[in-house]
Amino acid sequence: MNLKLILDIAFSLLRARWSQTLVAAIGVTFSITMFIALLSFMSGLNDLLDGLMLNRTPHVLLYNEIKPALRQPVQRSLKYQNSYHFISSIRPSKSLPQIHNSIAIIEALHHDKRVHGVAPKVFVQVFYNVGTVHLTGEINGISPADENKLFSFADYVTEGNYMDLNIIPNSIILGKGAAETMLIARGDAVEVTTVRGDRLRLKVVGFFQSGISQIDKLQSYVSVATAQKLLGESSNYITDIQLKLHDMKQAPFLAKEFEKRYDLDALDIQTANSQFETGSFVRTIISYAVGITLLVVAGFGIYNILNMMIYEKMDAIAILKATGFSGKDVKLIFLAISLSIGVFGGITGLIFGFGLSELIDQMPFETASLPTVKTYPIHYDPFFYLIGGVFSVVTTYLAGSFPARKASKVDPVEIIRGK
Amino acid sequence: MKDKILEAVNINKYFHDPVNIEVLKGISFHLERGEFASIIGKSGCGKSTLLYILSTMDTDFQGDLLIDNISMRNKKETELALVRNEKIGFVFQFHYLLNEFSVLRNVMLPCEKLGKISLQEIESKAYEKLKILGIADEALKKPNQLSGGEKQRVAIARALINDPLIIMGDEPTGNLDRKNAEVVFDIFARLATEYQQSLLIVTHDNDFANKTHRIIEMEDGVITSDKSRRC
Repeated sequence: MNLKLILDIAFSLLRARWSQTLVAAIGVTFSITMFIALLSFMSGLNDLLDGLMLNRTPHVLLYNEIKPALRQPVQRSLKYQNSYHFISSIRPSKSLPQIHNSIAIIEALHHDKRVHGVAPKVFVQVFYNVGTVHLTGEINGISPADENKLFSFADYVTEGNYMDLNIIPNSIILGKGAAETMLIARGDAVEVTTVRGDRLRLKVVGFFQSGISQIDKLQSYVSVATAQKLLGESSNYITDIQLKLHDMKQAPFLAKEFEKRYDLDALDIQTANSQFETGSFVRTIISYAVGITLLVVAGFGIYNILNMMIYEKMDAIAILKATGFSGKDVKLIFLAISLSIGVFGGITGLIFGFGLSELIDQMPFETASLPTVKTYPIHYDPFFYLIGGVFSVVTTYLAGSFPARKASKVDPVEIIRGK
Repeated sequence: MKDKILEAVNINKYFHDPVNIEVLKGISFHLERGEFASIIGKSGCGKSTLLYILSTMDTDFQGDLLIDNISMRNKKETELALVRNEKIGFVFQFHYLLNEFSVLRNVMLPCEKLGKISLQEIESKAYEKLKILGIADEALKKPNQLSGGEKQRVAIARALINDPLIIMGDEPTGNLDRKNAEVVFDIFARLATEYQQSLLIVTHDNDFANKTHRIIEMEDGVITSDKSRRC
C-alpha cells in the first residue's frame, strides 16, 4: 500500500517533467544500445579472428620429433657404467617422423571421454612442378570426414567437394595461392615431387582458402592413403594425431599426460597460440571500458535532472514531510524516479542494442582472405544483455541515490518558514 | 478536567547562527481537547518557532513536548512522521498543494500514507471534508485552477483528512484578502464549535486572534499573557 502510494507519487512527478525524464532515459538508452552493439561486434570480431587460427589448430597435437636419442649407446654399455661420458657432435639417427603404433593410439584416444575428436594427419614435404620451376609445398594427408568434424574443413574448400578426396584416387585440394601461382584450374593435374625424389601426378578436385595467404601458398590436402602412397609407406604411417577436447582449458594438462603415456611429443593450443588470447582479452576490456564510460555519462545526466527536480519540488517535499511522509519515503520516491528512468531506458536500450547488432550483422563485409564471412561478425550473447541490464539499473540507482538522500534530508521547517 | 492533548514543558530553543540567541525561554503551557487557541505576538517573538517545535518538525530544542500524553523526545524521525500524519493537521500561510495531483488527491494523500482504510473509503472521506469546506465541486480540478481562498480551503481539508487531534496553523490567513480571511476564520470557528476540533493558530492579526477562545501572547520568547474567553 505504502509502496504503491510512493510509486504513484514518483510517477506523477515524472509525468509533470516528462520531457526532461525522456532526455535522461534517452541517455541511458543510447549508452546501453552502444554498449550492447559494441560488445557484440567486438566479441564477434574476436571470435572471427581467433577462429581464423584457433579453430584450425588442434587443442593437442601429438607428433614425433626428429631428435637425437636421449640415451646414447655408450651410456647403455655396462662397461662404462661408472664413467663420465663426453659425447660431441650428436646427430639424430635416421628415423621417420612417424608415430609408432598409431592405429592403437587413435583407437585408445577415441575411447577417452575427455577427447572430443581425433583426426590423423600425414605430413609430406613436396615440390610442385610447374614447367621447369619447382615450388615448395606442404601436403597434408587427412581423413576428410574427421577433418571437417574437428576443423570445419568444408568451410575453407572454396571450390569442389572435400569428400572427393576419398572418392577420387590420387586427388588433391590445392591451396588457392599455390593454384593461382601455377595457373591451375579444377580438373587439371599437378605433379608433385617428394623430398626423396618420388614423383606423382595428382588430380585437382578443389581449392582451399584459409584466409592466411602464406598458408594458402604452401598447403594442400590429399587423403591419408594418397599421402602414404606418395611417401611409399604402409597404411599405418601417421605423422600427427590432432585432438580436440571437450574442455580446451585442459589441453596443457592432457598434453603432458599423452606425452608420457604414448612416448610422443605433444603441443597444446595455449602454448602454440598464447598471443591470441591476450589480444581478445584486451579488446574485450576496451569494449567494456567504453560501454561503462557511456553509462557513467548517462548516470551524470540522471543525477543532474534529479537534482534540478528536487530544487523545483522543494515545496512538495516539505509538505509531504509535514503531512507525515518520513525521510525514507521521500528518498524512495526519488529513487523510484531514478530507477524507472534506468529500467525504461535500459530495456529500450537492450532492444535497440539488439536491433543495431542485427543491422551490423546485415552489413556486407566481403574480403578475399575470409571466404566464409559475408557480413560483419556479431556475437549474440545473452550475457551481454544481462550485464547491460544490470549496469543500467546499478548506475541509475547510484546516480539517483545521492539526490534522493539530499531530498530526504530537506528540512520542511526551513522551506515553509522561508516563504 | 478535560484531557490534555498537547503539553509543552519548559521549552528552550537557541538559534546558533550567526550568534547564539535564545529564542524561546522556558515555554510551558498545555492545550485541552476542543480548545481554539491562538498565539499572537510581534514578528520575531518566537511564535512560529514554537509552533514548529510543537508540530514535531523541529527537534532541536530543550525541554519536553507531550502529544496525547506521549513524550516526543527521543522519538525517531519515522515515528515523528507518523505522529504528524496521524495526530496533527497543518495549515500554512502558503497552501503547498501539489499541482501534479487533483484537489481530491491532494486531500487524500495523507490518509493514503496512513493506509488504514481502503482507497474508496478515503475518497468518500475526502469528499466529505471538501463538502464541509464547501468546495466539493472543485474536487477534480487541479490546484492551480483554483483561487487563493479556495486553495487554502483545500489545504484545510487536507489537514482534516486523518481526523487529527489538533490542527496547527501558521498565519493561515496571512496570504488572503479580508473576505477570504473571514471565510477561513469562520471555517475554523465552525470546526471548533461543531466538531470540537482543537486548533492552535499562530497569527499576528489581532482581529483574528480576538475571535478565538484563547489567546496566548508572546514577547521575546516568553509567554506574557494567556487569556481564555468564555467557552
